Amino acid sequence: MSYEFLLASAIGVLVAGGIYLALRARTFQVVLGLTLISYAVNLFLFASGRLVLNRPPIWNKAVAEYTDPLPQALVLTAIVITFGMTALVVILSLRSFLETGSDHVDGDTVPCDGQDGTAGSGGEPPQP
Amino acid sequence: MTLAEHLPILPIVIPALAAPAALLVMRRSRALGIGISIAACLAMLGAAIALLVVSADGTITPYAVGDWPAPFGIVVVADRLAAIMLTLSASLGLLALTHAVLTRADRKGWHFHPLLQFQLMGLNGAFLTGDLFNLFVFFEVLLIASYGLMLHGQGAARFKAGVQYVIVNLVGSSLFLIALGLLYALTGTLNMADMGLRVAEIAPADQGLLRIAALLLVSVFALKAAVVPLHLWLPRTYAVSTPAVAALFAIMTKVGVYAIIRVVPQVFGEGAGAAAWVPAPYLFPAALVSAVIGFAGVFVARSLSEQAAYAVIGSTGTLLIAVAGWTADSLGAALFYLVHSTLAAAVLFLVADVVARRRGSSGDSAVPGPAFAARGGVGLMFMTAAIAATGLPPLSGFIGKLMILKATAASPDWGWAWGGILGTTFIGVIGFARVGSAIFWKSTGDDLSPVASQRRADLAAPAIALLLLAALSAGAGWVSAYAGAAAAQVVDPAAYVAAVMAEVRP
Repeated sequence: MSYEFLLASAIGVLVAGGIYLALRARTFQVVLGLTLISYAVNLFLFASGRLVLNRPPIWNKAVAEYTDPLPQALVLTAIVITFGMTALVVILSLRSFLETGSDHVDGDTVPCDGQDGTAGSGGEPPQP
Repeated sequence: MTLAEHLPILPIVIPALAAPAALLVMRRSRALGIGISIAACLAMLGAAIALLVVSADGTITPYAVGDWPAPFGIVVVADRLAAIMLTLSASLGLLALTHAVLTRADRKGWHFHPLLQFQLMGLNGAFLTGDLFNLFVFFEVLLIASYGLMLHGQGAARFKAGVQYVIVNLVGSSLFLIALGLLYALTGTLNMADMGLRVAEIAPADQGLLRIAALLLVSVFALKAAVVPLHLWLPRTYAVSTPAVAALFAIMTKVGVYAIIRVVPQVFGEGAGAAAWVPAPYLFPAALVSAVIGFAGVFVARSLSEQAAYAVIGSTGTLLIAVAGWTADSLGAALFYLVHSTLAAAVLFLVADVVARRRGSSGDSAVPGPAFAARGGVGLMFMTAAIAATGLPPLSGFIGKLMILKATAASPDWGWAWGGILGTTFIGVIGFARVGSAIFWKSTGDDLSPVASQRRADLAAPAIALLLLAALSAGAGWVSAYAGAAAAQVVDPAAYVAAVMAEVRP
């Protein structure tokens, strides 16, 4: 199996899982889904400079060929930003759950599966 | 090096320094923090006006950060279009700040002033950058600040809307990165000027990927601009935000429009070979539907702030109808209407706040409530704002819409454009008249609830904004000439490329 196929299928699986979770419309699942998607995006960005094996991205006397260093810089920036955003969205969804009593992304009353229903009442926030 | 040489980077540096400074001194003295915030906004306005003057004769000023020449280094580019947007964002920032300080909305949460400065930094950076990845970074800067500002004041309604807003924008950011990755893989550059040169040489086998990248990129900008069908996040978000913040957010949708105006002619313009104008056929229908849905929302809205939020969608739609013409004429009309509609939307949000403060428990909902203080004056203000938002004479919206109608008359789709613009204007007028008559003419005869504010200071910011609109109408000749010149610069990518890439040319 080639390296390209491995990477492409990994990105595909991550995106598929991410989209499935994001469409669940419950904040925790959505956060997980967005994390998967951002991993896939980072891998994709990394691959955008072509896949090269055993080549350094920085100058080295011993080698004549290099891998593209720019995607690595881009991925670093993207990782920093998505990491911050994930932290924010985790806190935000927790706060929103405490504030509205629902973990649905609409913040509206939804019947909670297998629970006594108090979480969806929109009144008193449930105790964490 | 003199200060004048660093002028293009100043609109980014000033808020970047002011935000931490305000954060530090706010702990000791609130007044000093507000002072820093106001001084930074004034300095930004000064820098923006200086850039407006420098760019007036058509000069494109590139500024190589760290003195690394484009396309290898990061480059900041100031031209007429950027200068117009910078002046608009600085004015709007000052207006939102004034309103927040006067109504004490900035005390309802933490860190209002630093977040406002970071928001302005993101906006200014997005307008100035000449590099697609930095456009993404500045988009994130302005979005992160906007999350904080949107939740400012807290409350369940804001958290409900905030979760949606953040998630939608995170998905948008992921798509933006995928588009950037594709474009980088195809062209090997992220500099807009350089990319514009290289897309023409892409092999026929890769044209499909290039089209996907272009459409993804424009979809992301359309998401930021809240173009139908990507508009669903906007009404709730804007309607529940603190009004001063919502007034500032009026320019956020215009960032998406700006990015479309900047990137499409530059990268996917005439010189792009087979991929020329890929997004163009989709933009016009989407813009038309946005205008209709926006003004239909104005018609059915249940409160003034919701109405203002739908007016933002409607005006962006009208704006993009003009943009979709892609000629110097139609882009010039679009830029003039962009300046006008941003200010008009801000006034609507501010007036909604003034009304909500005076009506106590009725808030700004569109039902008759008790009579309130200064009802005539506020009603007049609302009427003027509504005239501006719908584009009736004598305010600049009328001039803007007239220019758009004139510019689209030559296009084959002129019937749709004229029908859309004139029809939505009519629906908008009826919508504003309905809500205005319910709030300002009818009253239930009850006594005013005791919590209602009677302070006159909250009238200042909307009054200033209305004066700005009046000034825009009075100076329409000059502004439209400048906007036309800016548009001519946008549709001529060769000059931009020559200015940005000058240093690497042998």
